[in-house]
Amino acid sequence: MSVLVLVVDDEPDVEALFRQQFRRDLRSQRFVMDFANSAADALTRVDATSDNSLILILSDINMPGMTGLEMLPKVKEMRPDVPVIMITAYGDADTRRKALEKGASGLLTKPIDFAVLREEIDTRVAQAH
Amino acid sequence: MLRRLFGAGIYGFWMTAPSQDVVADLNRRIADLERQLKSAADDNARLWNEAKEALERQTATADILKVIASSPSDVQPVFDAIAASAKSLVGGFSSTVFRFIDGMAHLAAFTPTTPEADEVLKSTFPRPVVHYAPFRMTQAGEVTQVPDTEELRDEIADIGRARGFRSMLFAPLMNKGSSIGFIGVTRVQSGTFADHHVQLLRTFADQAVIAIENARLFEEVQQRTRDLSRSLHELRTAQDRLIQTEKLASLGQLTAGIAHEIKNPLNFVNNFAALSAELTDELNDVLKPAELDAKIRGNVDELTGMLRDNLQRVVQHGKRADSIVKNMLLHSREGSGERRPTDINALVEESLNLAYHGARAEKPQFNVTIERELDPNAGTIDVFPQEITRVLLNLISNGFYAVAKRKAENTEIGFEPVVKATTFGRPDHVEIRIRDNGTGIAPDVKDKMFNPFFTTKPAGEGTGLGLSMSHDIVVKQHGGTIDVLTTPGEFTEFTISLPRTSNLADKSRG
Repeated sequence: MSVLVLVVDDEPDVEALFRQQFRRDLRSQRFVMDFANSAADALTRVDATSDNSLILILSDINMPGMTGLEMLPKVKEMRPDVPVIMITAYGDADTRRKALEKGASGLLTKPIDFAVLREEIDTRVAQAH
Repeated sequence: MLRRLFGAGIYGFWMTAPSQDVVADLNRRIADLERQLKSAADDNARLWNEAKEALERQTATADILKVIASSPSDVQPVFDAIAASAKSLVGGFSSTVFRFIDGMAHLAAFTPTTPEADEVLKSTFPRPVVHYAPFRMTQAGEVTQVPDTEELRDEIADIGRARGFRSMLFAPLMNKGSSIGFIGVTRVQSGTFADHHVQLLRTFADQAVIAIENARLFEEVQQRTRDLSRSLHELRTAQDRLIQTEKLASLGQLTAGIAHEIKNPLNFVNNFAALSAELTDELNDVLKPAELDAKIRGNVDELTGMLRDNLQRVVQHGKRADSIVKNMLLHSREGSGERRPTDINALVEESLNLAYHGARAEKPQFNVTIERELDPNAGTIDVFPQEITRVLLNLISNGFYAVAKRKAENTEIGFEPVVKATTFGRPDHVEIRIRDNGTGIAPDVKDKMFNPFFTTKPAGEGTGLGLSMSHDIVVKQHGGTIDVLTTPGEFTEFTISLPRTSNLADKSRG
């Protein structure tokens, strides 16, 4: 079974963006991408995948309902082995500190540098095999 | 018989010579009546004199009070009037008014006698009171007389001889139990002074004290009014500054808010445009091996070509929009919020470095010579350091833009772009000058350049907010001034002046 990267963002076009950016990897099935458009939805998905296929979670912070930072400790409790990288427009030191405190492995600011993101994914994919 | 007819005391025509006793008795009675008449006349004269003196005293008192009323802030006319009145009413030789201030006796007023004698008087004062006999004599608060100056073996005798008098009368001016001066009258002849003259001088002394107290209170009221007026002005200024700071803060928040909101959709525009450009290339690659009719292939190539070009244009404009947003965020970034003592030279140096490296990072081929002339006396002043840095960055980068433009426009050989920063420390303010030898500013632009959203930069390069913000920060937030000197085609120099202290304990947000 392929490894899975879960992306959590309320903006629907994020899926189109990611699928186009990583079209080659997805076509070659190096990994699979799944998309949740709310923190609640994401938690349901994480609960469902109790196997090792989930290797990385990418999450926006500002979302209606539960925010990314609120979701973070919950998801880490469910799957402490899965790294979570937060994506946000607000790259200030305070937000970074909060994210790391709550268990995030890192913080990326928008607009996303897909080259950097690709490296992160590659690292995890390599670790999984 | 005759006696009975003509009554007593009448001597008859025909001489029946009265007796010796009767004559003596009559004589006695006449003498008595004469004495009584004389006594009554004397009493009359005395009462008349007393009334006259009282009237004189009352008139003099009323006159002095008039002078006091008409001159509430200046005691000099009162002293002059008292000296003149005292002298004329006492029938004296001269009169003086002295004041004791900080242990020195000062001549406040005097009636002139002869130029030489007046010189003697004036040249003796001011002098320390401790050695001055009248000071000692009047400390008790009583009117004092010197019936004969020759009997005193001190300088008073000398002065008396030099000026030409033999007797003196002093009335002390008493305030809260100590003598603050005295009124003195002198006479050519020796002898004690009449009681009513003593009384007169006592009255004048009281009035002089009233006048002094009046003037002091008047001045206090004036000073109080001045202080209040100044406080009011300072409060108003502080209020304006506060409003301005709040305005800047809210404008900053508004701009930041808008910029953040725009960033999101802008990111999508840029991302998808770039992706689409890639996809059109992939389309081209996919179609290459296909067998297509020449005409169809021609159309396909043309269309994919246009698609790619269009998408590249979208990417390009998207990047411009992005830099505008970044610019706006830079200008609206909220300050640290505290006004604190800052080394001006260090701030200027830091701004120069930031600006230089920032400009080089953006355009690596950009070259400029940075000069600095920093006055060691510039020192430290209270400012909002992030805001002043922002102003300096704005001015310096405007300078970079101007010199780059001049270099590009002209083909002058040997034109060296130079931006120079100078500081001057003055006692009550610090000046910072940023000078560039760039394109200068045209007169019609100079009038508008501090207006918000006014810019001479081409579309997308400038927000038109830089100078407007800088002006508000310097003038409204710090109470300073910003001026510009320029010659089109040659140079531009901005001068910022920041006051060293403001009386505002202003720790509000920047």
